[in-house]
Amino acid sequence: MNIKDFLCEEAVILGLEASSFEEVIRELGSKLHEQGFVKDDFVDAALEREANMPTGLPLGGEYNAAIPHVDIEYVNKSALGLATLKDEVVFYNMVESDEEVPCRLIIMLALDQPKSQVEMLQSVAVVLQDPAIIRNLVNAKTTEEVFTILS
Amino acid sequence: MTKTVIVSCGTGIATSTVAAKAIEEACKKAGVSVITKQCKGQEIPELLKQGADLIVTTSTMRFDPGIPVVKGLAFLTGIGIDQVVEEILGHLSD
Repeated sequence: MNIKDFLCEEAVILGLEASSFEEVIRELGSKLHEQGFVKDDFVDAALEREANMPTGLPLGGEYNAAIPHVDIEYVNKSALGLATLKDEVVFYNMVESDEEVPCRLIIMLALDQPKSQVEMLQSVAVVLQDPAIIRNLVNAKTTEEVFTILS
Repeated sequence: MTKTVIVSCGTGIATSTVAAKAIEEACKKAGVSVITKQCKGQEIPELLKQGADLIVTTSTMRFDPGIPVVKGLAFLTGIGIDQVVEEILGHLSD
């Protein structure tokens, strides 16, 4: 199991210029929507969720990440979107929701079944725990490069 | 005696799944019998009624549940994972 098997090629956005987490979620969510992975109200749900229960993760290194996601009811078929940000965008800490986490890497999770994608989620965690992979992803210039890094 | 751990996150399906799996493995290794119950943050009060020994959460706690709470972000980020596992086992070995 590898996260590249779930990564939607069309929902890989590199060097995105965004000024807010809302903008990042709209961009990534709309790509997943265009490809039919998520329902019409997915983006709104993801925005609401991020505002109330943020998903920013301080990774203790050079770059931080966020993993926006919502309930399964907004998803048609499991998929991942990935964005690297040209400049840091502030998300908020998942367990300390008033703490700012400036992020350069965003992995959006669309999950269609409860608890069924354990391996996929675990491999996302593996990526988050590897500073070298994070750095390579943030610096990737092409979608092909992203898939190579994740293989 | 089997201990019950409520594992909560924002959706009850994503990050709590990773945490629950890791807690089960760590407890097995330590010889602690444990049941994990995954839920969303707002479902915690309902699960508390059925009794629990510990809450491990990957989302922000907005109330005092009256039982110990451990922040489980380390199961995603790996930062301080050994201390978090130790803390969890400490609460369960009483």
